Amino acid sequence: MSDFEPVVVVFACDYCAYTAADVAGRMNLTYPSGVRILRVPCTGKVEPLYIMQALQKGADGVMVAGCLVGDCHFKNGNLRAAARVKRVQTLLDDIGIGADRVAMVNVSAGQGAKFAEIATEFSKKIGEMGPNPIKQGAKAAA
Amino acid sequence: MKSDSNLEKVLAAGHFAVTGELGPPRGANLQAIKDKAAHLKGMVDAVNVTDNQTAVVRMASWAVSLVLREMGMEPNYQMVCRDRNRLAMQSDILGAAALGINTMLCLSGDHPSFGDHPQAANVHDIDSIQQIQMVTTMRDEGRFLGGAEIDTPPRMFVGAAANPFGDPFELRVLRLGKKVAAGADFIQTQCIYNMERFAEYMRQAVDMGLTEKTKLLAGVTPLKSAGMARYMAKKVPGMDVPDEVVKRIADQPKEKQAEEGIKLLCEQIEQLREMPGVAGIHLMAIEWEHRVPEIVERAGLLPRPQV
Amino acid sequence: MITAERKPMEEIFRSLEPFGKILLVGCNECVTVCHAGGRKEVAMLASALRMGRLKQGAPLTVDEMTLERQCDPEYAEELALVVDQYDAVCSMACGCGVQTVAERYQGLPVLPMVNTAFMGSSEKNGVWAERCAGCGNCVLGMTGGICPIARCSKRIFNGPCGGSSKGKCEISPDVDCAWQLIWDRLKQLGQTELYSQIMAPKDWRSARDGGPRRIVREDMAI
Repeated sequence: MSDFEPVVVVFACDYCAYTAADVAGRMNLTYPSGVRILRVPCTGKVEPLYIMQALQKGADGVMVAGCLVGDCHFKNGNLRAAARVKRVQTLLDDIGIGADRVAMVNVSAGQGAKFAEIATEFSKKIGEMGPNPIKQGAKAAA
Repeated sequence: MKSDSNLEKVLAAGHFAVTGELGPPRGANLQAIKDKAAHLKGMVDAVNVTDNQTAVVRMASWAVSLVLREMGMEPNYQMVCRDRNRLAMQSDILGAAALGINTMLCLSGDHPSFGDHPQAANVHDIDSIQQIQMVTTMRDEGRFLGGAEIDTPPRMFVGAAANPFGDPFELRVLRLGKKVAAGADFIQTQCIYNMERFAEYMRQAVDMGLTEKTKLLAGVTPLKSAGMARYMAKKVPGMDVPDEVVKRIADQPKEKQAEEGIKLLCEQIEQLREMPGVAGIHLMAIEWEHRVPEIVERAGLLPRPQV
Repeated sequence: MITAERKPMEEIFRSLEPFGKILLVGCNECVTVCHAGGRKEVAMLASALRMGRLKQGAPLTVDEMTLERQCDPEYAEELALVVDQYDAVCSMACGCGVQTVAERYQGLPVLPMVNTAFMGSSEKNGVWAERCAGCGNCVLGMTGGICPIARCSKRIFNGPCGGSSKGKCEISPDVDCAWQLIWDRLKQLGQTELYSQIMAPKDWRSARDGGPRRIVREDMAI
């Protein structure tokens, strides 16, 4: 499976995670190109359904990246996001997709290196898990 | 007299009454009952027969009560509200009365979640206070709960349970008052270890005039060991076991603890005999029935009055 | 309101095995409030079903629709135009909704996706507790606004029982003793004399025991 490049969707909040990703870029720090970043005003905007739909459309993993706990620009948006991620993880286990394909992470705006590291690690983990199992089933059904 | 109950007669004659308790077997085992009951014969004025205690299925209390009757003993037929609706209750009461069961105790019953059939429907058609009223109305007015006349009203001496240490304390005497107002002829309390607190409860009960309307029997249970004392103190809700009591038992070496427990019990009984408003004791020596004769003798309660 | 919880996914997958195309219908009222079967929950379940069935290699087409209520025939009627396209209708409404839809579309399997629980209210975010047993003859005025049927584990009318301890019910330290609550409230209201009155045995005919109930308002027939 060494040629499998996982598609990882990252919902990154404008105030911290997206900015950190930006910093990483400017520092020329890389992370796998399969990591696709979507900017949201706050991770509290991320509906559980967005995560489900990302997976349904073929993403192999989804990461929700917000501010450090206690530092959310909108007070507790990142806490709401963490609770939602947990709910989605439970559902994913129940349907056999696996909770580990989704994660909640926290970084601050200046942590460019940290962001790159996290994105790389997560992508690697997803790579080891293999492609989203729905793709296999879809092939089998065809 | 409201019934042919030996307990009623003993209390009416002014004696300090003694009742015992027996738990039915978990099978159709007649001999087990006879063996247990044999220890209590002649030692007590009536024997409580528990009704699916802790929501665990056991032989029916009416059946075991009948066996005791046949052995020449006086059963106190316990009936809980958890398993029977008002039809079944009235029906069972008629049967019991017709077959010579003269004494009964009205109780709520432990919740099914404690027992071996937690899946069961939890009946509670009526509660224990309504149950007391129902039986006394059957007896005194010859009417069923639904209003129709009973052609042969059941004669029955009716009791209720009381917990002097339950929460909240201020409510306990009020609740006792309700049971008396509902017509309870006698009351049996949960087992007592905190004599001071019980004395306060009795003072209030006497003040409210309740002990003139009902006969109150104080519950006592011998502590077999320090382990039992600690268990009762920590794990049984509504039970008040003072530290001094636990210490007294625990201070004894293991082989002397049961003896200390019996000594303590005898002292308690002495105090209870002197306490105003206490008409007797209810001795619960569950699974220790064989020690009852010794306890009753040492407490100076023998011979039991023949009335 | 009526509370419910989504059935376990395993049970739902099993019930949907025979079908290839379903309409998943939510309800905008009670089940929305308790996050069990509203528009969002429909979307989540739909996505979960699609993915789960794809993984199994047995794709399922799931269409979504949320009605204002499912317990009124007028709303159930809204499904009429589309319902024939589906193998089954899966309702995320409470039992009342499922049955109303099932009654209207009798030739089609109508399956429940949630377990309807109790009539209750919110205690705080994410917590709903049973409050009303639907006994048909409300005594809340006599018990300081606390229901002895819904909140007492033994539905005692002259409580508490001997198992009440530190304000909690014998069945669990998480369950309040209803009669402790009632007593405290009666004290606050200065109505403690109500406590000493013996409440008579309940006439259960007005409750479910009397048979399935109905209310007929002739004055509202038109």
